[in-house]
Amino acid sequence: MPNFYDEMYSDAATLRPHYDAFAQWLAQQAPGFIEQKRAAAELNFQRVGITFAVYGDDAGKERLIPFDIIPRIINAAEWARLQAGLVQRVTALNRFLHDVYHDQDILKAGVIPREQILNNAQFRPEMQGVKVPSNIYANIAGVDIVRAGEGEFYVLEDNLRVPSGVSYMLENRKMMMRLFPALFARNRVAPVEHYPDLLLDNLRSASPQDASHPTVVVLTPGMYNSAYFEHAFLAQQMGVALVQGQDLYVDNDTVYMRTTQGPKRVDVIYRRIDDDYLDPRAFRADSTLGVPGLLDAVRAGRVGLANAIGTGVADDKSIYPFVPDMIEFYLGEKPILNNVPTYQCRKKHDLQYTLDNLAHLVVKEVHGAGGYGMLVGPASTTAQIEAFRARLLANPEGYIAQPTLALSACPTYVDAGIAPRHIDLRPFVLSGKSVTMVPGGLTRVALTEGSLVVNSSQGGGTKDTWILEN
Amino acid sequence: MLSRTADHLYWMARYTERAENTARMLDVRVQYSLMPQSARAEQQGWRTMLGVSELNAQFDAKHDALTQKAVIDFMVRDPDNPSSIVSCLRAARENARAVRGNLTTEVWETENTTWLVLQQHLKNRLYEHDPGQFLEWVKYRSHMSRGVTLGTMFQDEAFNFIRLGTFLERADNTARILDVKFRFLASDAIQAGAQGEFYYLGALLRSVSAFETYRKVYRDAITPTRVAELLILHQKMPRSLVACLCAVVANLQDVRNASSHETERLAEQLHTMLEGATIDDILGEGLHEFLTRFLRSIEELGNGISRDFLIPVTPAAEEAAPLQSQSQSQGDGQTQSQTQGGAQTQTQTQTQTQTQTQTR
Repeated sequence: MPNFYDEMYSDAATLRPHYDAFAQWLAQQAPGFIEQKRAAAELNFQRVGITFAVYGDDAGKERLIPFDIIPRIINAAEWARLQAGLVQRVTALNRFLHDVYHDQDILKAGVIPREQILNNAQFRPEMQGVKVPSNIYANIAGVDIVRAGEGEFYVLEDNLRVPSGVSYMLENRKMMMRLFPALFARNRVAPVEHYPDLLLDNLRSASPQDASHPTVVVLTPGMYNSAYFEHAFLAQQMGVALVQGQDLYVDNDTVYMRTTQGPKRVDVIYRRIDDDYLDPRAFRADSTLGVPGLLDAVRAGRVGLANAIGTGVADDKSIYPFVPDMIEFYLGEKPILNNVPTYQCRKKHDLQYTLDNLAHLVVKEVHGAGGYGMLVGPASTTAQIEAFRARLLANPEGYIAQPTLALSACPTYVDAGIAPRHIDLRPFVLSGKSVTMVPGGLTRVALTEGSLVVNSSQGGGTKDTWILEN
Repeated sequence: MLSRTADHLYWMARYTERAENTARMLDVRVQYSLMPQSARAEQQGWRTMLGVSELNAQFDAKHDALTQKAVIDFMVRDPDNPSSIVSCLRAARENARAVRGNLTTEVWETENTTWLVLQQHLKNRLYEHDPGQFLEWVKYRSHMSRGVTLGTMFQDEAFNFIRLGTFLERADNTARILDVKFRFLASDAIQAGAQGEFYYLGALLRSVSAFETYRKVYRDAITPTRVAELLILHQKMPRSLVACLCAVVANLQDVRNASSHETERLAEQLHTMLEGATIDDILGEGLHEFLTRFLRSIEELGNGISRDFLIPVTPAAEEAAPLQSQSQSQGDGQTQSQTQGGAQTQTQTQTQTQTQTQTR
């Protein structure tokens, strides 16, 4: 494993300045204090029921996402740059989505091969020519960012479908403030608590009607979904109804919810259900989660969906390599945030390179998510690599490969004490009439020593993320 | 408010109340079994308790012998028994979880903590070592749940549907306890003589927290007639039938909609009937006949509430219908894809709802 960037220390003995106040505070705490607070945090998360469901083994069990009490701190200058890069990137992605569902200028210009889009399972021809409010498709984006060896930021993935995790960002902050109020007195930590207000504003702006108080709902697959806590949390924070598919119906291209006082019209749906399950008449017929006729209501401009149907075509891993080109094409700007160099295994030459270097690369399924079905070469046994080679050869189009980035590490409380563990960052970017976000995002941490997989489904934890104000 | 949300709130309250009532009946039975009595009377006592929830057949299918240990196991931790404390508290918590956003943090955390602590009690087998302490805990958690609801919830529709669930379930339970206990009293299982009757009625009163109240209200010997009067007709007795109906009527008025007129009228009729009745009228008709009639009305009321508020008919209702009748086995759906698992929530709740309505 190459050397990694340490978020807290610039070398073994030297603190980075933005960690000064925190390190001083930590040194003053009595032994056992942190452990005691850690136990208190866990108990509280359990009681509040901040849990997620795990699929596979132990199905149906609710687990806590491990919460690490050492914050991940980013200084104001770094955040300013990140924020500018995020605004730029998400703006271009929304322009791209509007383009592929309308004039397809980027395809005509030959910037992206036509078949890459039109043959993509995530491309929804049903959305061709459909007008969406403000021409925004990805109202909520969760962009995964990592920091490599020299401290430079890379975008790992653009999540434009139903990105989750923002509730943990908010609960982590609440927990930290409750456990360590003194820390916040010493550090000027930018607040994040207004996220639900920003989100509600954003969702209201996604209403196709001019109604002054559009009715917004959150659509969840139900309480056995892994992110159910978040769906319920956001609905409650925004003061809107949390609905399931069966609570809604479409009549005359208009969406209604069933209430104790009769039908009530719905203007905007913040849906936390994948495209495939959204409307059994239009997509998967076996879906019991969706609302029959919803696509027609969208096409008729009678209801706003956030995010729009068909955003997957822009965050697919096979499209990812083209994002820097989109930024230049639509905005005429140089990308502020780096893309990770990506080998597209559908290309003969890239496939060969990947096969020759499996032990050094990270290989991902094009349509995969959640850290399932990927190979981290340097962390795998020969047998695992060979098994993966067979799968790759059987379906090269289904994979991309990237160099193994040395993810930055942040001190983390583990059994042996405090030790560096690898982290990433998912800021949540809201696009409507303008692009907004709260400072920071969700920091995920790989709790196993040396591991680079931060996904909560793979045993990752989370940290509070601090953007320090100057 | 969403109909489904109202449905979950209503059932959350019903199951919480039901768990409490199961605990109450068990507790009294456990205490009463400490009294000297014949083995036959003891057996018959447990039979009576199972009879309240119409569970004798299901119990016999699982257990060879009728022992205190077996009945407690069946009524406390058996997940196949829909009236067991575990089943009720699970259903209460699942319903609460489905609508946690409509509850105050305090209400949700109370339901969730009850469930989490229950797991510890089950693991340590507290219900075996010290059934009294365990059952006391269940009652206490139910008091907590109700108290925190009263103390923290905004009194809108959500509150009304919780209260409707509580009082409808309580009316049902009080009527059942009365019916079964008085039938038992009429049989020859109780040792003849005033003393046997005194202890029996005393236990019955305690099971509905009415022992001290009885003393205060009547300042006289405990007689079956007065016990029946207290638990059916006394307006100030919080578990009496008339008090429950009074609360049902008031909460129904608050949530009134375009189609709830009939249900409201039924509740008012029942309430007026209880207000006007004397215990002699009721005993004249026959207590069992009266209570059977009352339980049927309660069931009808429950159906009316479901029909008018919880699963209202809408233009798309016919299309949605097959979805609700589909059945997946529990656990099965959970191992499937995330989205499949979600579909199960409601199916499961609906199934429980239906099962309960049918078995009770």
